[in-house]
Amino acid sequence: MNIQTDIKGIVRGGETLKQHRDKIMEATKRSGHYAGLRHMELRDEHPIKYNKLFSRLRAGVVDARETAKKIAASPIVEQEGELCFTLYNAAGDSILTSTGIIIHVGTMGAAIKYMIENGWETNPGVKDRDIFCNNDSLIGNVHPCDIHTIVPIFHEGELIGWVGGVTHVIDTGAVGPGSMTTGQVQRFGDGYSVTCRKIGENDTLFRDWLHESQRAVRTTRYWMLDERTRVAGCHMIRKLVEEVIADEGIDAYWQFAYEAVEHGRLGLQNRIKAMTIPGTYRQVGFVDVPYSHDDVRVPSDFAKVDTIMHTPSEMTIRKDGTWRLDFEGSSRWGWHTYNAHSVSFTSGIWVMMTQTLIPSEMINDGAAYGTEFRLPKGTWMNPDDRRVAFAYSWHFLVSSWTALWRGLSRSYFGRGYLEEVNAGNANTSNWLQGGGFNQYDEIHAVNSFECAANGVGASAVRDGISHAAAIWNPEGDMGDMEIWELAEPLVYLGRQIKASSGGAGKYRGGCGFESLRMVWNAKDWTMFFMGNGHISSDWGLMGGYPAASGYRFAAHDTGLKEKIARGEPIPWGGDTDPENPVWDGMLEGARIKRDKQAITTEEMFADYDLYLNYMRGGPGFGDPLDRKPEAVAADVNGGYLLARFADSVYGVVLAEGERGRVVADLAATEARRAEIRQERLAQSVPTRDWMAGERDKILAKDAGTHVQQMYAASFKLGPKFERDFRAFWDLPDSWQLKEADLPIPSYGKDYSMDLSELPDVTIVKLVEE
Amino acid sequence: MAYTEAKIRDLVDGTIDQDTLHQMLSMPKDQERFEIYLEILQEQVPWDDRIILPLGPKLFIVQRAEDKKWVIRSWAGHDFCDWTENWKLHAKVRVRDTPEAMEKLYPKLMAPSTGWQVIREYFCPLSGDLLDVEAPTPWYPVIHDFEPDIDTFYRDWLGLEVPERA
Repeated sequence: MNIQTDIKGIVRGGETLKQHRDKIMEATKRSGHYAGLRHMELRDEHPIKYNKLFSRLRAGVVDARETAKKIAASPIVEQEGELCFTLYNAAGDSILTSTGIIIHVGTMGAAIKYMIENGWETNPGVKDRDIFCNNDSLIGNVHPCDIHTIVPIFHEGELIGWVGGVTHVIDTGAVGPGSMTTGQVQRFGDGYSVTCRKIGENDTLFRDWLHESQRAVRTTRYWMLDERTRVAGCHMIRKLVEEVIADEGIDAYWQFAYEAVEHGRLGLQNRIKAMTIPGTYRQVGFVDVPYSHDDVRVPSDFAKVDTIMHTPSEMTIRKDGTWRLDFEGSSRWGWHTYNAHSVSFTSGIWVMMTQTLIPSEMINDGAAYGTEFRLPKGTWMNPDDRRVAFAYSWHFLVSSWTALWRGLSRSYFGRGYLEEVNAGNANTSNWLQGGGFNQYDEIHAVNSFECAANGVGASAVRDGISHAAAIWNPEGDMGDMEIWELAEPLVYLGRQIKASSGGAGKYRGGCGFESLRMVWNAKDWTMFFMGNGHISSDWGLMGGYPAASGYRFAAHDTGLKEKIARGEPIPWGGDTDPENPVWDGMLEGARIKRDKQAITTEEMFADYDLYLNYMRGGPGFGDPLDRKPEAVAADVNGGYLLARFADSVYGVVLAEGERGRVVADLAATEARRAEIRQERLAQSVPTRDWMAGERDKILAKDAGTHVQQMYAASFKLGPKFERDFRAFWDLPDSWQLKEADLPIPSYGKDYSMDLSELPDVTIVKLVEE
Repeated sequence: MAYTEAKIRDLVDGTIDQDTLHQMLSMPKDQERFEIYLEILQEQVPWDDRIILPLGPKLFIVQRAEDKKWVIRSWAGHDFCDWTENWKLHAKVRVRDTPEAMEKLYPKLMAPSTGWQVIREYFCPLSGDLLDVEAPTPWYPVIHDFEPDIDTFYRDWLGLEVPERA
């Protein structure tokens, strides 16, 4: 520890920010308790006061979020609730957080810690009523479109904490329009990047900041109102803290600000013991990065390759209720925008855990202190190169976490807590993005957040909820069509449940939905697709199947203007059965793009062109043959399942019922299901027999280059993963798989340069690497 | 919060009422659930050997009555292997690695592309029950997904005697 005792610091009691954080970290490490708090005096001896402080502060931060979001004009914030406020202690550890996008419980703390470790106290200085802004993904932010406003909180001239507010803005001035764009392959194309910059003093934003920032992005009005939302929320919370201190005393508040973190750490440990089973859990997630396609226009040849992102995870729950999450074997970072910082990867896990393991209001950094993370350096979630792009880090964050949910669910199932079981979450896409001139003749960018309402995974007692939620914002919804039509020059020709998008099972995954949009009153307009296509990242659990994967539909030169004038039929509703499409026949002469290429870059769209926005479903639970036949008939009648899959997946024989509805023929279904079980046995082989054939394919290198690249990259960063792979398949030493031997470029394989190598930069390391 | 055996039976059967389900989700967990759950499952399975830990709706770790060995057993009564092994290696598997096989599960265009991802279905060799599905890339090792520390779970976490194990 390097304490500079001769300097009078700004923290309460006279320490510098750095001295204070060092002291807290050293005490935590030495004692195993946050800040050395073996006893929580306030909580244990004055429990009413402690809980009063908690309830009042927590209600206040939630209230600040609910009130401040009304200032925003962006539907992402105002409709979808893509914002969050968090209160931090002086060391930058979160005490409590609001509802909303609570992945940021840790990300804004990482920014505060960066300021602490890099001497912000002396230059540019941290004073009462200052305002800071950050969106730097190299120091912990999720992606550049999440803009942080950070305000220090002082009491009688001394710093006692911080408050942070974050909103997801609609555009960051990246290479392409939209908040999570695909065209760039390095962070320099991700758009405006701000590193903990002081943007105001005396509660007033600097004029140079206002002028610079508004011209750095396309959607200026949304940007400025989002900023006022964040500033207002932070100031509400600062005022609340002042009032609480006036009522309860600074000593009680100060004590609370540290005990709450230790309380959060112990709370996680207790919940793990109360809900799980000790042991080792293994799972894996994948997502596709199909960049060799003509419709992915990136600036660099070396990025024009198909790759697969891969994250195996091993979760170890110990006797004392502590746990370790190890992600060895994960893919290297890549030349795309799907990389993530270790803080966003770990902090984001709490978003998921609040929906299962720790469904409490006390979400703070205690949970992070109670968890050991191992993220090997150089992986996509802990990159070792300062050029990597982050704009859509969620592409794989979502798909890699869903695997953890399966692991935990094995625990819940074993203990009988069936209500907690969740087969996983949907890949939260598609993201309809683009921009140009809108219906108001202004430069504009769009990112439709309809996919805040994907299908939910099935549980062990009921179906997943359809078109309901997204893992990253448990309170999200799809938004009103009328609001989206005000925000985007795109009219709705349909919005309906996406049949067969939920994974099959005894309990099926929730279905997603689809919206058909027609470009209207746009100029110089572009759009693109962003989602999974070749791979379904959600597996299903205990016999349940993965959710369906993605595809795209777009149509240009549609002739719809003339058809509408003539009163002829036009496409409307949903693309109900993409195997038997009906729209295409109404669009003779149009250029139709209907394929598995679910990631594209900016494509030109004109008025009357069509774009299908398909939101994914969730995975299923249990053997589909155990699903109640009546439930399958109801799925067909309700538009959740295409009728032919009632037979091929569920073994349910349907008969005609009243008023055009179908009913299940129970006797025929029983016979059909017996037949399917026999088919399964006839068509399957002992696993070890199949393994012998698969081993031959491995020896012959019989797999696509993208598959081989995935393994080669994982072997390099994960020696244990390679050892286990070789042992499982009993491979001879002569079998080698190296990226250098593959017929595609592998820039970044050997050369990288980390942020920490820049002069005068201290990075904050929060995970084992 | 404690629940009656009837309510837990409803939960197992998938007929639980919404109010109780919400309570179960929002209230602290009932530690006695495990024992009641095992009793209910024990009544339902078509064999008498003692269930040690459920691994899925139709898959269990059981103490085999005849020799007290702990084995992984299906609902239909197939013993796969010792409880510490990966049961999937002793199951029957069907791999969907062609578009035709995938399109029996998903509409065309909504199915994974088999050059990127395959679906592996693990069946009970006696009944054809589908016990687990894996959806990895080609070449992926069969995942040993769960190795429970049952001794700690029974003895230290629940205060139960660890059943005899040969």
